[in-house]
Amino acid sequence: MAIVSRGFRGRPRAGGDRLPPGQYLVEDFPVLSAGPTPRVPADRWEFAIDTEAGETRRWSWEEFMALPQERPAVDIHCVTKWSKLDTHWEGVSLDVLFEDVESAAEYALVHSYGGYTTNLPVEDLLDGKAWIVHRYDGEELAPVHGGPARLLVPHLYFWKSAKWVRGIRLLNEDWPGFWESAGYHEYGDPWREQRYEGD
Amino acid sequence: MTADHLDGNALAGPLAELFAVDVTAATGRCASCGLAGPIAALHVYGPEPGLVGRCPGCEEVVLRLVRGPGSAWLDLRGALSLRVTLPSDGKTR
Repeated sequence: MAIVSRGFRGRPRAGGDRLPPGQYLVEDFPVLSAGPTPRVPADRWEFAIDTEAGETRRWSWEEFMALPQERPAVDIHCVTKWSKLDTHWEGVSLDVLFEDVESAAEYALVHSYGGYTTNLPVEDLLDGKAWIVHRYDGEELAPVHGGPARLLVPHLYFWKSAKWVRGIRLLNEDWPGFWESAGYHEYGDPWREQRYEGD
Repeated sequence: MTADHLDGNALAGPLAELFAVDVTAATGRCASCGLAGPIAALHVYGPEPGLVGRCPGCEEVVLRLVRGPGSAWLDLRGALSLRVTLPSDGKTR
């Protein structure tokens, strides 16, 4: 005999098994901001990867746009508890950007125009798990959502998907980013509810 | 561009939870540009994921305050100093 009958499961939550614990669904796209919105014209934009050996690989906007483009459709989860399903983006896989980068570093510190930073393991940027995106829902990415380009790492809480991304510094030691040094979790897995330091 | 931030008075309640004095009345000096002024004059972004107080002169971060369940984190590395006015005899009444 089943100890817990199916009747005790209640109504399934909207979003079903795609909604991590503690999250609720939104249809709009909330904007959270830790500072003024940078306005970076494409002709002044560049993206760079700095290695632990001090080498730098740079892309201008034109060079970046000439790279193979992908169209990830993903669910995103904000640490402030909203989740949005089936978001559509266009951009370049980090696997493509790392192709010519020689590095054995385990840690990445992502930095943005405007000074924002966030840290994550390099392995979370590779193998089809992360992109630099410049279009959302068929349109150019708006500055309030991180345009001209933002990082997209949908398997981690969305503060890791740095808006206005400018570059990635590869490091041998983990270095906490903007929110990670002010109480938020260093990794931020929504499925393990890693919201705050120590979760 | 419209102002997308609050003024520093938005920090009064959250900081009162941590400090016995009203920190928004204290004079903070920005570690980036050296500008000194009341914490209440900071440009404040948030409240989620956390409150970010930026210098009204250079927009660098002066103060960050994150309130989680059971803990608060206050980062003042962007402030060179906080000057708090107190009674001359060192006793609070």
